[in-house]
Amino acid sequence: MHSLFQRFGVGLGSVILICVATWLLGMVLAPNLMMLDFSLRPNLMPAQIGGPDDRYTLVNFTALFSDPVHRGIFLKTIWASALVMATTFVVTYPMAYWLAKVARRKAVAFVTVALIIPFWINEVLRTLAWYILLAFNGPLNVVLTSLGVIDAPVRWFSDIGVLAGMVYAYILFMLFPVYNSISTLDSAQVEAARNLGASTLQIHRRIVIPHAKAGIATGCVFTFMLAAGSYVAPALLGAPGSRWFTEIIYNWFFEGGNWNRGAAYALVLLALCMAFVMAALRIFRVNLADVAK
Amino acid sequence: MSRSVELIDVEMTFGKARAVEKLSVAIEGGEFFSILGPSGCGKTTILRLIAGFMQPTGGRILIGGRDMVGIGADQRPTSMIFQSLALFPLMPVWENIAFGLEVRGVRKADRRKRAEELLELIALPGYGDRMVHELSGGQKQRVAIARALAVEPQVLLLDEPLSALDLKLRQHMRAELRSLQKRTGVTFIYITHDQSEALAMSDRVAVMSAGVLQQVAPPLELYSNPATPFVARFVGETNEFPGRVERVADGMAAIETAHGLFTGRSGANLKVGDQAIVYVRPEAISLAAGADANGLHAVAEQLEFEGATAMLHAKTDGGYRLSAALPHHRLAEAPTAGTNVRLSFAASQALVLAHA
Repeated sequence: MHSLFQRFGVGLGSVILICVATWLLGMVLAPNLMMLDFSLRPNLMPAQIGGPDDRYTLVNFTALFSDPVHRGIFLKTIWASALVMATTFVVTYPMAYWLAKVARRKAVAFVTVALIIPFWINEVLRTLAWYILLAFNGPLNVVLTSLGVIDAPVRWFSDIGVLAGMVYAYILFMLFPVYNSISTLDSAQVEAARNLGASTLQIHRRIVIPHAKAGIATGCVFTFMLAAGSYVAPALLGAPGSRWFTEIIYNWFFEGGNWNRGAAYALVLLALCMAFVMAALRIFRVNLADVAK
Repeated sequence: MSRSVELIDVEMTFGKARAVEKLSVAIEGGEFFSILGPSGCGKTTILRLIAGFMQPTGGRILIGGRDMVGIGADQRPTSMIFQSLALFPLMPVWENIAFGLEVRGVRKADRRKRAEELLELIALPGYGDRMVHELSGGQKQRVAIARALAVEPQVLLLDEPLSALDLKLRQHMRAELRSLQKRTGVTFIYITHDQSEALAMSDRVAVMSAGVLQQVAPPLELYSNPATPFVARFVGETNEFPGRVERVADGMAAIETAHGLFTGRSGANLKVGDQAIVYVRPEAISLAAGADANGLHAVAEQLEFEGATAMLHAKTDGGYRLSAALPHHRLAEAPTAGTNVRLSFAASQALVLAHA
């Protein structure tokens, strides 16, 4: 703080300090505290608020775990998000390696632009494109049936549709961190490993992936959190059987009119994401500062 | 001795650029063979061709008598030491050394044992559990060598591995590399642009320029009998006196130059009337005026003290700037700047080569 004042003077320094403090306290901390407050109170009629029934309780949290449907959707959201994360990584890694180490400069520029341009369009619209592609009478079914791959059209709006939509939506969040970390690898190390007799698989397992660890952790954290907090893809590309936890939260707030229950569910999702980040950092043995870079 | 590596009419082009022109050379088993040339002369390309990182666009490469066409870098009996060393920073020293064994499926206990043996060989016992970044430059160098030797290659390929070290360490590592090569009996192919390195360590040196092999010879031969003007200029310092061939007889040639008639040993294919250059090493030029020697007049310009010798720079009547290395014990008679000096060199110390 002393160096802040020294650098910008007391006037400007104070302004910066106040702005940052306002942001952190007003925009980050306060809403979360309000959520916490909501989540710990029962859902009451307006007349009862402030009355004898309005006292702190854990009923909203216990409700989530005692309701088998909600509990099931919550658990499914966790593993499905992990599946999205893993699939995105599997799809992205070869491309990231190719871009970082194999492709010529021109090809890198072309592919990067080709990947980024779709992201200029809003996520809802991009998901809508998948909605059209995967429709029962949509192009994918037409092509696959005419090629003879499938006999009858498939109902893609399900877990598969959600997975496809999410992998597509979050691919860049995985690609760029992984690409960045692979491109800092000295190509001579890959050659040295090859020269010592390592197969392609061994080179990636022992040299490239350990080197790209921080980037992979970053990409995984991004995609997991985005997937867990996703609303559009499951809403558009899912079926009743593939409901996402965010949809339940949405329903409590906007349809069920039970903000307290919704706040509790949202906090549980937040806690889950934080736990996941911490676990990922522990597993990959990287610290938060590396990920933020 | 058996032929270890044989290159037969090897060519390499990148698009339109020719990196290596029809090159043939046979390297003996257990030889310390250097390839010397300025950067961009194609020497690293040759090393990468032998290692199998690239396939030649023409010709054949034989290692241990076996044609290497279609055999990848991971299948060849060669091991490379990279300019950047390319040690694996996330593995401890012993895993670095044993990496080649690990990928061959050798059991962990055996790998560890072999790594310890190699650490003994490179005089770093007990360093197995250190990380690479904890080592000094010279230690990293030795670990890289141990890692390359662990896979028991027939040929070790070294791509200017000493260039990142400071002078003292470089000289020390030269001796160490040389003795390691003698002890292991592995064929070393050493790439360098540093001629003193090549001369100090090698059994034979190949000099390359612009993708063309200029000469392959033992160091002494290379220094005293350069085959081409490029070699004469590139290996060691030299003075050049261009002129016209007047006489050729008994292996000696007389050249009329701007500084007078000089006699020197004749290179190949010299004919009377040819344009030629007389090459004289600085240490062959002395201040004394020998009776049967070639003599010339010059004005002393500058004296650079270099330790064992001092380099006298002088300007001849014809305007050519020559250098003469004066031995330490003759420094007392060294001329001061601006004085006239009479210099001479023996005919046996001069070499005449046709103008390239």
